[in-house]
Amino acid sequence: MTSAPMTEDQPTVAMVTARDLFAGFLKVGIQGFGGVLPWARRMIVDERHWLSEVEFTDLLSLCQLLPGPNIVNLSVALGNRFAGPWGAIAAVTGLLAAPFCIVMSLGMLYAAYGNSEALGGVFRNLGAAAAGLVLATAWKVAKPYIRRPEAIIVAAMAFVAVVGFGWPLIYVVLALSPLSIAWVWRLAR
Amino acid sequence: MKPDVLGTLVRHFVLLSLVAIGGANAVVPEMHRIAVEVEHWMTDRQFAELFALANAAPGPNVLMVCLIGFQAAGIVGAVAATIAMCGPSCLLTYFVVRRWERSRNGRLKKIVQRGLAPITIGLIAASAFLLTRAAVHDWLGAALAAGTFALMAATKYNPLWLFGVATALGLVGIS
Repeated sequence: MTSAPMTEDQPTVAMVTARDLFAGFLKVGIQGFGGVLPWARRMIVDERHWLSEVEFTDLLSLCQLLPGPNIVNLSVALGNRFAGPWGAIAAVTGLLAAPFCIVMSLGMLYAAYGNSEALGGVFRNLGAAAAGLVLATAWKVAKPYIRRPEAIIVAAMAFVAVVGFGWPLIYVVLALSPLSIAWVWRLAR
Repeated sequence: MKPDVLGTLVRHFVLLSLVAIGGANAVVPEMHRIAVEVEHWMTDRQFAELFALANAAPGPNVLMVCLIGFQAAGIVGAVAATIAMCGPSCLLTYFVVRRWERSRNGRLKKIVQRGLAPITIGLIAASAFLLTRAAVHDWLGAALAAGTFALMAATKYNPLWLFGVATALGLVGIS
């Protein structure tokens, strides 16, 4: 449904079963240090070619507009696209199962032993490593749009609204969506 | 465990699930209000430490809710809070996406998605900037961030092993 004439894009696989979805998202959940978005993009686009770069950003954008954690929504949307309701359930279960167990185990350890100096150091280092991943993801999602000035301008406005003015995400999305859609619509005529 | 605690948990997080536009990080202040100020399930400091834990652990950051649920009502609370936080928004997404993909107006869909994509890109760039600013304070942090960036952006290697290095360095006191 989404081949962009103005952006570079690559072909994708046709068949993805509920089992594939569970396995793929299980891996994303286990790897997903510091937030799952970079790992989800890597699995879906780079490793398994379920979606092209542009399709990934399109689907993520739709999920961003809906309430709830974006990647959880993305797993539901992707699961449904390939394998219907069972696909959606398989994907979201795969995504949450392992992290739930890991976080619960850590939570119990925390409850038993409290915080320690070493643990604080581990958190700091992991945070820095995770930041690098999100930087790389930002670069990768932006790359297909780099030759489209209107896209870069809207992206820059969203960036400044969040970083410069500290607007809540919902206002940024609600304010910029009509503007950006109207702009694309005008260009497409 | 008191059933009214479970009911309170579920009520809070079902509501939060349906207003959490912008993802889990957008509702952290509201989670803090609920868990610390309204229900007194934990102290301010416990909240901060559990938040760091949820962020450092693999998986979606929304799993902060299972730690809040655990603190409030044990394992059952953790499961209930997680389902309450993810269930309603998953169902909504499921029905909206089904309608969206069945809709035959391909041109309109394409224009809407092409319009929304740059906002998503800007938001990811913003969170990358904010995370980096919050997490990188010295040469070691910068090196770790640059390392995962380079592996992810320019190579096919899995950046996971750098997280192993980061953990190991932290455990021996280098951070």
